[in-house]
Amino acid sequence: MSTSAAAVAKPKLASKRLVGGDQVAQVFTCFFAVLILAVTAFLVYELWISSSPSKERFGFGFLTSRLWNPVTDQYGALPYIYGTVLTSFLALVIAVPLGVGAAIYLSELALPKWSNALTFLVELLAAVPSVIFGLLAIFTLVPIMRDYVQPGLQKVFGNESFLFGGPTFGVGYLTAGLILAVMTFPFIISVSREALMAVPREQREAALALGATQWESTWQIVLPYAKLGILGSVFLGLARALGETMAVTMVIGNDPGIHASLLSPGYTIASVIANEFSEAGGKYYPSALVELGLVLFALTMIINGVAQLLIVLTTKKGSAKA
Amino acid sequence: MDPSSLQQSPTAATPQAAPIKMRASNVNFYYGKFQALHNISLDIATNKVTAMIGPSGCGKSTFLRNLNRINETLRDTRIEGEITLDGEDILDKDVTEIRRRIGMVFQRPNPFPKSIFENIIYGPKINGMLKGRNAAEIVEKSLRRAALWDEAKDKLHESAYALSGGQQQRLCIARALAVDPEVLLLDEPCSALDPIATAKIEDLLVGLKDQCTIVIVTHNMQQAARVADTTGFFLLGKLIEHDKTDVIFKNPSKRETEDYITGRFG
Repeated sequence: MSTSAAAVAKPKLASKRLVGGDQVAQVFTCFFAVLILAVTAFLVYELWISSSPSKERFGFGFLTSRLWNPVTDQYGALPYIYGTVLTSFLALVIAVPLGVGAAIYLSELALPKWSNALTFLVELLAAVPSVIFGLLAIFTLVPIMRDYVQPGLQKVFGNESFLFGGPTFGVGYLTAGLILAVMTFPFIISVSREALMAVPREQREAALALGATQWESTWQIVLPYAKLGILGSVFLGLARALGETMAVTMVIGNDPGIHASLLSPGYTIASVIANEFSEAGGKYYPSALVELGLVLFALTMIINGVAQLLIVLTTKKGSAKA
Repeated sequence: MDPSSLQQSPTAATPQAAPIKMRASNVNFYYGKFQALHNISLDIATNKVTAMIGPSGCGKSTFLRNLNRINETLRDTRIEGEITLDGEDILDKDVTEIRRRIGMVFQRPNPFPKSIFENIIYGPKINGMLKGRNAAEIVEKSLRRAALWDEAKDKLHESAYALSGGQQQRLCIARALAVDPEVLLLDEPCSALDPIATAKIEDLLVGLKDQCTIVIVTHNMQQAARVADTTGFFLLGKLIEHDKTDVIFKNPSKRETEDYITGRFG
C-alpha cells in the first residue's frame, strides 16, 4: 500500500521540485527536432506555392527548355541544371582524390602533432566566406586560367577538341569547378580523416600481422572499412558544391547556354538566382527563379537519395557497421 | 646493474631440450621513457605451446607483440636486445616476411568487414601465395585447421560479422593459418569469449602444435595449465621464471610465482 502511494506521489513531488528534468528535456528536444521538419516542410511549401505561376505555364517543359528570355517571358532551366551538375562534378573529380589522399596522410602517416595542426588549418579553410574565394578566383585564378592553363590544355588537346575547344576567357565551367574543389575539399579532408581515425587499430594490426605493408593495410583494409564515412564526406562536399553561389557567380561567366567545352562560360542555378532576383519583375520571372530554387532543392534530394541507396547497397555484404 | 638480471637464472630460460624456434635475448622495450620490458630472455621451443601468464600490465602482451614486430607500428617505442627466428635476428629481416612467418591472433576477434572467404584469402593474396593454387582449397584447408569448416562452409560468401564471437575468433585463427605461419602468436585470444568457445579454441591449439609453434598470452592460469607445455611468469616487466607448465604450477622455484599461482595477488 505504501509503495503504491509513493508511486502516485512521486511525479507530483518531482514536478514541484522542478527535477522532472527528463520530461522537460524530452519536450524541449522533441520540439527542436520537430522544428527541423517544420522548417524543411515550410521551405518546400513556399517554393512550391511561389513557383506555381511558372509551373502552370511551362509544366515539365521548364526542365528541358534551353530558352531563358525575360523579354518574352520564356523560361527554361536546362542550362542552369547542366551548369550546376557539371561544375559540381568537376569539383568532386578534383577534390575527392586530393581530399581523401590528404586525409590518409593526416590519419595514417603524419605525426599526431603535425596532423592536428594541419587539420586545424583545413578547418579554418572551410570557414572562409565564399566571397573571399570568389575574389581570389577573379584576381588570381581567372588570369592564370586564361593565360596559361586554358591555352596549355588547348595546345595538348587541340583548340577544336570537344572538351577544351573554343575561346579562352578564363572564366567558365572549369574555373568554377576548380574554385568549388578548393571550397569542398576541406570538408572532404576533415570528415574523411575522422572516418579513417575511427577505424579500430586492430584492423590495421590484423592486416600488418598477415604480412601486409603499411600501404596495403591502408588501401585494402582501412580505406574500405571507412568507406561509409568517406562517402559521407564526398556527399557533404557535393552538397556544398551544388548550392555554392557567390564564388561560382564570380567566375562561371554567366552565360545561359549549354556548352560541351569545359573552358566555355556557363551558368548555375544558384548564380542565376543571385544575379537576377533583384531585377525580376512581372508574374512569371520571379516565379521561374523560385522554381529554379525548387529544382535545386530536388536535385540535392535526389543526389542524397542516390547516396543513401548506394550506401545500403554497398554495405549489404561485409559491412563495417553490422 | 639492473637487479632483474640477477633474478633470472640462465637455466630458467631453457626448460627442456626441444629445438628452439625463437629466442629472445636480453630484450628491453620502452614506450617513450617507460620501460615495459626488463632484460627478457626466453626460448620458445619448436612445435610446443608456450604460455605467458602474469597480472595485467606485467609486459606479457608487450613481449608477445615484439615477437612479430607489430609493436614497431606504435609511435615512440624502442627495443633493445635480440630476438631470433631459426637463429636469424628478426630485426634484420624484411618485416613483412617476418610477419608472414609469425602469425598473430588478437585479444578481440577482428575480422575484416569482408566475407569469410575474402578474410581468409587476404593473407595469401598479399603474400603472392595464390599463384598456381586454388583459392577455394586454401580457404577450406584453413577453415578445417581452425575447426570452423563445418560451421562456415555454407556461408563462405557472407559477412564475417554474421558469425558468433567464438566463430569470429576461430576465423581469425584460420586467417592467420592461411599464410602457413611457422609460429602463431595469440594475445589473450579467449578473453572476449564464453567458456564453450574458449574450450573449442583450446582444443584447437593443442591440435595445431604439430604444425606450428604456438605462443599464447593468457590471463587465465587454468588455460595455461590446460594447453601449455611450458609457461613463463611475467611480473612488472620482468620474466620471473619459465619452466615446464607442471613445474610452474606445482613446484615453482620463485616466491613471486608461487604467490601469483596460489592467488595471493594479481
